[in-house]
Amino acid sequence: MTDDVVNIEVDGKPVEARKGQMLIEVTDEIGTYIPRFCYHEKLSIAANCRMCLVEIEKAPKPMPACATPVGEGMKVFTRSPKAIAAQKATMEFLLINHPLDCPICDQGGECELQDLAVGYGRDVSRYNDGKRVVKDKDIGPLVSTDMTRCIHCTRCVRFGEEVTGMQQLGTTERGENMKIGTFVEQSVDHELSANIIDLCPVGALNNKPYRYSARAWEMVQRATVSPHDCVGSNMFAHVLRGTVKRIVPRVNEKINETWLADRDRFSYEAIYSSDRLATPRVKESGVWRELDWESALSVAADALTDAEPGKSGILASPSVTLEEAHLLARIAAAIDTSNIDCRIGRRDFSDQDNDPVYPSLGCDIDAIEKQDAIFVIGSNVRREAPILAHRLRKASLAGARVSFASSVEHEYFFDIADYLSGAGLVEMLSAVAVAAAADKKLPTAVAGLCKGVTADDVHRRIAASLRAADQGLVLLGNIANRHAAYSAVRGLAAAIAEMTGAVLGSLSDGSNSAGAHLAGLLPHRSQGGQPRGEAGLHAGALLDEALDAIMLVNIEPDADLLATSGAVEKLARQKFVVALTPFVSDALLEAADLLLPIGTFAETSGTFINVSGTWQSFAGVAAPVGEARPAWKVLRVLGNLLDIPDFDYVTSEEVRDEVRSQLGDLTPDNSYAGQTALAMASGDDSPAAEIDIPIYSVDGLVRRASALQLTVEARLAASKAADS
Amino acid sequence: MAYEQNLVCFNTFGSEESWTLATYEKHDGYSAWRKVLAGEFTPEQIIDEVKASGLRGRGGAGFPTGLKWSFMPRNADVQKYLVCNSDESEPGTCHDREVLRYNPHCLVEGMAIAAYAMGATVAYNYIRGEFIDEPVPRFEAALREAYAAGLLGKNIQGSGIDVDLYAFVGAGAYICGEETALLESLEGKQGKPRFKPPFPANYGLYGQPTTINNTQSLASVPAILRNGAAWFAGLGPEGSGGTAQFSVSGHVERPGNYELPMGIPFRELLDICGGVWRGRSLKAVIPGGSSVPVMPAEAIMDCTMDYTSLQQAGSSFGTGAVMVMDDTTCMVSVLRRISRFYMAESCGQCTPCREGTGWLYRMLTRILDGEGQEDDLDKLLDVANKIEGHTICALGDAAAWPVQSFLKHFHHEFEYMIRNHGRSIVDGTRNAAA
Repeated sequence: MTDDVVNIEVDGKPVEARKGQMLIEVTDEIGTYIPRFCYHEKLSIAANCRMCLVEIEKAPKPMPACATPVGEGMKVFTRSPKAIAAQKATMEFLLINHPLDCPICDQGGECELQDLAVGYGRDVSRYNDGKRVVKDKDIGPLVSTDMTRCIHCTRCVRFGEEVTGMQQLGTTERGENMKIGTFVEQSVDHELSANIIDLCPVGALNNKPYRYSARAWEMVQRATVSPHDCVGSNMFAHVLRGTVKRIVPRVNEKINETWLADRDRFSYEAIYSSDRLATPRVKESGVWRELDWESALSVAADALTDAEPGKSGILASPSVTLEEAHLLARIAAAIDTSNIDCRIGRRDFSDQDNDPVYPSLGCDIDAIEKQDAIFVIGSNVRREAPILAHRLRKASLAGARVSFASSVEHEYFFDIADYLSGAGLVEMLSAVAVAAAADKKLPTAVAGLCKGVTADDVHRRIAASLRAADQGLVLLGNIANRHAAYSAVRGLAAAIAEMTGAVLGSLSDGSNSAGAHLAGLLPHRSQGGQPRGEAGLHAGALLDEALDAIMLVNIEPDADLLATSGAVEKLARQKFVVALTPFVSDALLEAADLLLPIGTFAETSGTFINVSGTWQSFAGVAAPVGEARPAWKVLRVLGNLLDIPDFDYVTSEEVRDEVRSQLGDLTPDNSYAGQTALAMASGDDSPAAEIDIPIYSVDGLVRRASALQLTVEARLAASKAADS
Repeated sequence: MAYEQNLVCFNTFGSEESWTLATYEKHDGYSAWRKVLAGEFTPEQIIDEVKASGLRGRGGAGFPTGLKWSFMPRNADVQKYLVCNSDESEPGTCHDREVLRYNPHCLVEGMAIAAYAMGATVAYNYIRGEFIDEPVPRFEAALREAYAAGLLGKNIQGSGIDVDLYAFVGAGAYICGEETALLESLEGKQGKPRFKPPFPANYGLYGQPTTINNTQSLASVPAILRNGAAWFAGLGPEGSGGTAQFSVSGHVERPGNYELPMGIPFRELLDICGGVWRGRSLKAVIPGGSSVPVMPAEAIMDCTMDYTSLQQAGSSFGTGAVMVMDDTTCMVSVLRRISRFYMAESCGQCTPCREGTGWLYRMLTRILDGEGQEDDLDKLLDVANKIEGHTICALGDAAAWPVQSFLKHFHHEFEYMIRNHGRSIVDGTRNAAA
């Protein structure tokens, strides 16, 4: 037995606890439930609801289990008459001013107050005076408010203060008049803000788009994975008769903890957007007509078969599933082309041979918190991957020195050690590299880029923080990945990491960049990163060639194809373009010749590999919209029509298992091996040339999620886009 | 028996401009502090002296002051704070105001000595917002005088002792008199009590070790050091050293603040105040501010005004605010008025107090409106019992005790009103008061 262990007794059972633990943590561990409202394991202790009062031997008053540290020999009674009386008293107080409108409350059926009222409430209220009524607030398009139902647990307030660091909700007034609100009328805008819906134990804060559309007990809960960023947040879809009604977080401490970004929570609305492509369509002499699947697939197969070897191309979104990617890679091989790419947001491919086998963070997502120093390069990380930004904040709060380099300064709610901004990334990074080198020689690859560059104190501080760190991380964000001189940026970042003993990591576009890379959706590498004999056309060059047939998978050419300019016109000039897409848009109608409706993430099974290399498979959760089919099934039939051997997959699991067995165990090595001097490549290092995709524009789904488009964030982005 | 008045905190009263440094020094003011500066007292000696004096917290709880001081980690190498609680808000209580108005240097000296004794180099006086008119300027003027006279600041008079004092004006909330709510308010946050533990001695202002003392407690310290602990302790009975300032209000001929030795019989105190007004008879007394249990006349008449006697009689010394009620007083009205106060002043943080205080008030209002039900009295008591001991701070208890005690001693008045649809038992007896 160590000094850290204390022995207590809970309801007569001896229990070992760690010193300093709060009683409620101990009872939760042993499965003895103590009712609570204000306590939440991810938030600070408020001890204000008084629901968790328990009897403790020798204590004159009942004590709140959430705020009472365990002590040696403590005897706790959670169900004694005194404890029950105290809990019932609290319940009575909570209910006197709570509107008993459960039948018209969305929280009904999953309400902590309702559940506990069954156990601790009276059947008839003794309170016969008027009840409090509180005016509702408009806190934005995502969270509905019914503040009369509020029980003042302040979980939402503490969430803002402690988890996001951006306190927008607080309490005003006192006593019975105390209310939760924003003080000055405004919306609640943080990218994680809708988590207050889950935190609210009652129906005061609820899901606005979901409002009144289903009852909790009617829906089935199905596990799925977020398709919007490289994190792969775990979520549950709540489905009513095949229709996704809402998304809630699924706890995974290694990835998203108990949180979910608003983008992941509300993008499901787009599944039922009026833009959904319901049936296959073909363009004949400039006129679109609908056709059946069988004919549509034979049109596609014929075009691909007719294409000369090397004269067809495939561009796929980095959010395609691993299974889709594998089938696409196999189809590409069968039609004899290596013009295939998933890096549709990248603009500088000049040093692609030195890319790691797949883009990865360099550490586990939860290990970000354990870093001592982090240098984030070219990232608007709160928008790119909100959950990673949350981990960065936790790292900073735990004492890590977090520095940034990006031409535009973004707002963060934690202490930033240093912020390099106002210049191009290459310019800023070369100075940090010079500082990192100190008096040592710079690596050959970047020596030229750093020639004549001098470092100032800020550059030296950043380099020193990484050097002093036991665990240091240099992190390339998506702005860096899309940079016109990405090769130079990456080379410099790698040099900084190498010279300071830090690890190099990278964010990536979409939800499955890693999987698409591994499956071989690359012009220069096949499955598992094996170099191809001769590299095909990359995403930046593919459309500049006159090809016989092009396949787009889950791409909207006007918004997603940043690798090349004027993509829509270039596609329109091509001989034949088939687009597998969940949505139809003017750009697609102009660019494509054949549209095949595929399911969104909710309508297909599949696997995403996230930025730390975690494989996450999920089943389809919703019935397909219209005649849309899961893309892997479409590709499977297309493969059959192309007479590809061994292509008779029955389930997506079969496809996944095949890739898994072929890949074996691959751990990416992010260290940079390039020995040739890097040039500025396509070279524009001006801040104006950087591409920062607004948080609610990253893919077709979020662009069509109506509630997300009403947020301040989306409206600001839209007005900015209109101005430029 | 004649009682000598104004021995401790009010010792300059009656002099011209009693609030000035000159007057205070004429009354031996700052002599104790000068001795401290001259190195004649170690912190340990001061704390021992205060312990021996029997001084107990005059803010209401009556916790021994010297013992409280000894909880401070005096030698820990961190910033420590002393905070004086001049957020005097307990209904009926107005004697700290008099210290600030008429003898502020006494408090300045007491705070300086206390800060030194506990190793605090910074001390704040949290003064209630409503004192902005006269008490705050007087206290601030005293600070300026003390600084100008070289009695405060860094390395005072070459002693190596640093004590900086500041005045902080609250915004008018009863709850900020609760010590942890006061700290929150002082930090610029909403005045909401913190859950204890941790106690302020470990985690106080800005998370640093902090002691919070009441104005009168601190203002008593100079006299203790000047005259000795034995002198102070000898002023009152066993367990209740020194003098107390009684704020006597209500139905007496001469209401006011009286500084008198602890342990004075209630009878004598009443006599000093000229007895019950208009020759009426005494019905009840709340002996220590509105939150302490009410006592019927026959119970308090035999009490002496000190911690032990009042506690044995089922009430509490509280803040020494004595509210006297004559036989025309409607106890239901009084209780409703008291309950309204606690409803209005609840911070709203924790459930029983936020919800329960309003419930109590509304039930009492209903009874006064003639719509009371027989079972309302049991309900009143039950709600009060469910608030008591269930809250983060003592405001819940303060709201519950009056209800419990009024119902215990004057149940018949409540019953009468319910049965007579809002008619008070005192209606028709002379001109009803309250």
